[in-house]
Amino acid sequence: MSSSKVDFGKLGFKNPVVMASGTFGFGKEYGEIYDISKLGGISTKGITLEKRAGNKGIRVWETPSGMMNSVGLENPGVEGFLEEEAAFLSELDTRVIVNVSGSRMEDYSEAVKRIENTSFDIVELNISCPNLKSGGMAFGTNADSAYEIVKEIRKNTQKMLMVKLSPNVGDIAEIASACVSAGADAISLINTIQAMAVDIYRRKIIFDNTYAGLSGPAVRPIALRMVHQVAKAVNVPIMGMGGITSGEDAISFIMAGASCVQIGTANFMDLRAGTRIVEEIEAFMDRENVKSLSEIRGIL
Amino acid sequence: MSRILYNNRLAENIYEIGVEGSFEGSMGQFYMVRAWDQYPVLSRPLSIHDLEEGKIAFLYRICGEGTKIISRKKAGDEISLQGPYGNGFPTAQGRIALVGGGLGTAPLRFAAKTLCELNPEKLDIYLGYAEEDINSNRFSKYANSMKIDIGGYVTDMIDPLDYDTIFACGPEPMMQALTMKAKGTGAKVFISMEKRMACGIGACLVCTCRTKNGNRKTCKDGPVFAGEDVFPYEFKQS
Repeated sequence: MSSSKVDFGKLGFKNPVVMASGTFGFGKEYGEIYDISKLGGISTKGITLEKRAGNKGIRVWETPSGMMNSVGLENPGVEGFLEEEAAFLSELDTRVIVNVSGSRMEDYSEAVKRIENTSFDIVELNISCPNLKSGGMAFGTNADSAYEIVKEIRKNTQKMLMVKLSPNVGDIAEIASACVSAGADAISLINTIQAMAVDIYRRKIIFDNTYAGLSGPAVRPIALRMVHQVAKAVNVPIMGMGGITSGEDAISFIMAGASCVQIGTANFMDLRAGTRIVEEIEAFMDRENVKSLSEIRGIL
Repeated sequence: MSRILYNNRLAENIYEIGVEGSFEGSMGQFYMVRAWDQYPVLSRPLSIHDLEEGKIAFLYRICGEGTKIISRKKAGDEISLQGPYGNGFPTAQGRIALVGGGLGTAPLRFAAKTLCELNPEKLDIYLGYAEEDINSNRFSKYANSMKIDIGGYVTDMIDPLDYDTIFACGPEPMMQALTMKAKGTGAKVFISMEKRMACGIGACLVCTCRTKNGNRKTCKDGPVFAGEDVFPYEFKQS
């Protein structure tokens, strides 16, 4: 069996399969179902400085080949994370990525400062959440504001700084380049695509927050295109995501330039998707005589 | 994968499906049910309607793509069940009432069976249906007394003073009305909430229920909650 271990900047990953923020909680629940230390990594539920209750009303709605969510960053806050979740995660033999979000630049900075002394290797800066009334995605839809926030956060952390990009932009390569100029060590993409649903009989919008984020296989071709565009534009490692449900899907993102991939909605389709995808990637490598994923990364 | 034993239509759009296998579970718990490979992406949370050696049953209504697919499955077809998940109803003794509204009768049949085995002082069952009686015959053998309402309010038939514990499942306005009616009577009301779910195990937070004690996960902390903890904190989905 081939080894799918990869380098992600200065860090080694045992395999390129990372669980995407918001679909995996803080790992505990899936840990009761399978050995999550077999994963390449886990990106935590998005943490904000203060605890948040999230959005009201319906939070999930299915679409053809996908789903929309409007959770709105319900999370225990950075202190709650440190007190209740961090210990379990630090015991795992896998890379832990702390996903940080917020509405104001000061809140992002303060949250990042408070996790600086943890053992976790990577901060994933979420400037792309479509489900907040203010902030969130607003930082990531303009190159100047993306540059400003990444520059500010860069001052507050020695950890690997990965910026998670929104697909709800005109030129994603421009935003990625701005983040790298401001000091980002890596880029992850894509967050969900802003979307909407209507109950035509009640004549109402499904979501209290009007719009929600679309994910799942429905978005995969768009995500793949954007990963390809960003990979051509920047020279930092990329975590690609968007509707990946199989090892074959993951390989396509790696060929498009991703070093690692994140798995989100697929976790709901199959709770054991993570380790299955690792196996499928390694089976592909065996079949195609690929000794290392670096041989095929960015070949397109 | 498990094998379907039967998939019977009980009324317009309402079915009971039986699946072969040795499944675990207690009253009020649920399974994530999937009768397809990839699409629709989400599995469907269905509460345990009945459980016995070698067999589990679920009651469901066709509400969308997933339940439509399930309804087309035949005896002998395969289906995937993940679970059991959720907290389930607490063990109860003394004077007990079960109050079900329509498809809300789904978790109550197994609750009736389980409670009956505990020999309560009395077990009364109240069932309400919008248009027709879909399954009261499944309950009669467990009840000391059974009352059925069609087209009205099932909550009008019950006097909470007669009970120590009330288990309810049905539309939110019904469960809210019952919770309010029981306030101050000494009867403890437990309700089973229904929410759209994605992971089913407490990780994704799409099924959050607002309670007196803050947000709770319907799939993991629920689906059974004390009625007074949920109403009036939970916002009715409109």
